[in-house]
Amino acid sequence: MSEKQPGYDFNQKHLLGLTDYTGDDILYVLDQAKTFREVLDRPVPKVPTLRDKTIVNLFYESSTRTRLSFELAQKRMGADVVNFSASTSSTKKGESLKDTIRNISSMKIDMVVVRHESPGVPHFLTRCVDAAIINAGDGAHEHPTQALLDMFTMRQITPDLKGRKIAIIGDISHSRVVRSNIIGLIKVGAEVTVCGPKSLMPVFVESLGVNVSYNLEETLGWCDIGMALRIQLERIGGGTDLFPSLREYHEKFGIKMSHLEKFPDFTVMHPGPINRGVEMESDVADSDRAVILNQVTNGVAVRMAVLYLLSGGVRV
Amino acid sequence: MNKVQIMSSEDVKRTYLRFAHQFIEPYDDPAEPVVIGMQTRGVYMGKRILAIIEDEFSAAPDFGILDVTFYRDDFRTKLKMPQVQVTEIPFDIYERDIVLVDDVLYTGRTIRAAMDALMSYGRPRSIKFCCMIDRGHRELPVAADYVGMQVPTHQNEEVRVKVKELDGEDAVYLVNVEQEAGDE
Repeated sequence: MSEKQPGYDFNQKHLLGLTDYTGDDILYVLDQAKTFREVLDRPVPKVPTLRDKTIVNLFYESSTRTRLSFELAQKRMGADVVNFSASTSSTKKGESLKDTIRNISSMKIDMVVVRHESPGVPHFLTRCVDAAIINAGDGAHEHPTQALLDMFTMRQITPDLKGRKIAIIGDISHSRVVRSNIIGLIKVGAEVTVCGPKSLMPVFVESLGVNVSYNLEETLGWCDIGMALRIQLERIGGGTDLFPSLREYHEKFGIKMSHLEKFPDFTVMHPGPINRGVEMESDVADSDRAVILNQVTNGVAVRMAVLYLLSGGVRV
Repeated sequence: MNKVQIMSSEDVKRTYLRFAHQFIEPYDDPAEPVVIGMQTRGVYMGKRILAIIEDEFSAAPDFGILDVTFYRDDFRTKLKMPQVQVTEIPFDIYERDIVLVDDVLYTGRTIRAAMDALMSYGRPRSIKFCCMIDRGHRELPVAADYVGMQVPTHQNEEVRVKVKELDGEDAVYLVNVEQEAGDE
């Protein structure tokens, strides 16, 4: 091609969280993800774009969906992938995070996808190695690719998110997904309401620029898209004192078929995995108003776009 | 920087007309070939040729859009990742005869990438290549089947194919670019 394409000036080296991205950066990633979504529908859903790249997936915390999604995205783009999980590695022998990453990077790694139970680990890694770092969830801090795929799915429903009303329902205080979503959605101009029991609502939450509601009916009547969050049974389940019982939670904050009938305009989302009968009735999850499985497919496309944009060129 | 017009809007129009006839010449059914325009200007060229085929022969061959960014071999030499554009091939290309359309044939690397890209959509019977300008300096063993104009060029020159939809005019210019900083 003889002429240079005018393009958006995307200037990020890492994806540590949506805090560091501007609204335009976010929209650019989402726009680029559309073309990757198309690749997934081809008869041969694979492109050789990252065939010269080696990526390590560093998972210190268990994950099925995110890890599979990243791995699939990497393989769809032809990258070489190395997987690391803390449970089967030298971490057990007492090796520190810094030593682990230094060792891995001396094997010539171009990108690192990291999940860790401590917030800030991805930031720390940027100071240890030269590779591009992608945060796949750090503690209760951020989970930017999940937020990006949620926003991508929302844009399939309503292309312009500016002024759109998004409700996030459930366990607001234990969720990193919600933080990234709030930060991202507000940057692109959406209106966000968080809704849940007071015991699961962080006290400072208004300072992020969101509305707070404790009434599910009111919230569902207001919103264009309602995203239910998983009640994290492993963190607050069993003998919890945060709410009396899962049944009571479902009674007050579960999305039910009656809600879909009463408010015919909103779409249901859920980042998964669903506790059927807790965050929503089983029939709601399976209804045509729910786009939960689209979220999963879109996850691969969005992660491909992120990997592509951060894979950079040779610095000259 | 000096700029010479090497094709006028009238020249370009005639070339499109010739392409339209050349595309359908081998077939009994003028709708048989598949036309695929390469992003960005090849898309507009392809649409123009298609409009002529529709007008003159009342046939509508399948039309697709191809972006080859994923398959390029040169983006690692640049700092920024190039923007990916839409690819749209909403039909099966298996056992079809394809004509790829692009504005300029230069090193041949773009068309190499395009052939790779097409193969991931299926196995076409044949691929032909049509370009407005063949400016020489090939780095790969490829050739065009339909050429608007052969233009011997210098490597510090650029060929700019203009299309009305994007640039406001139909024309082709030869531009002598000074070596600017950051311009490889």
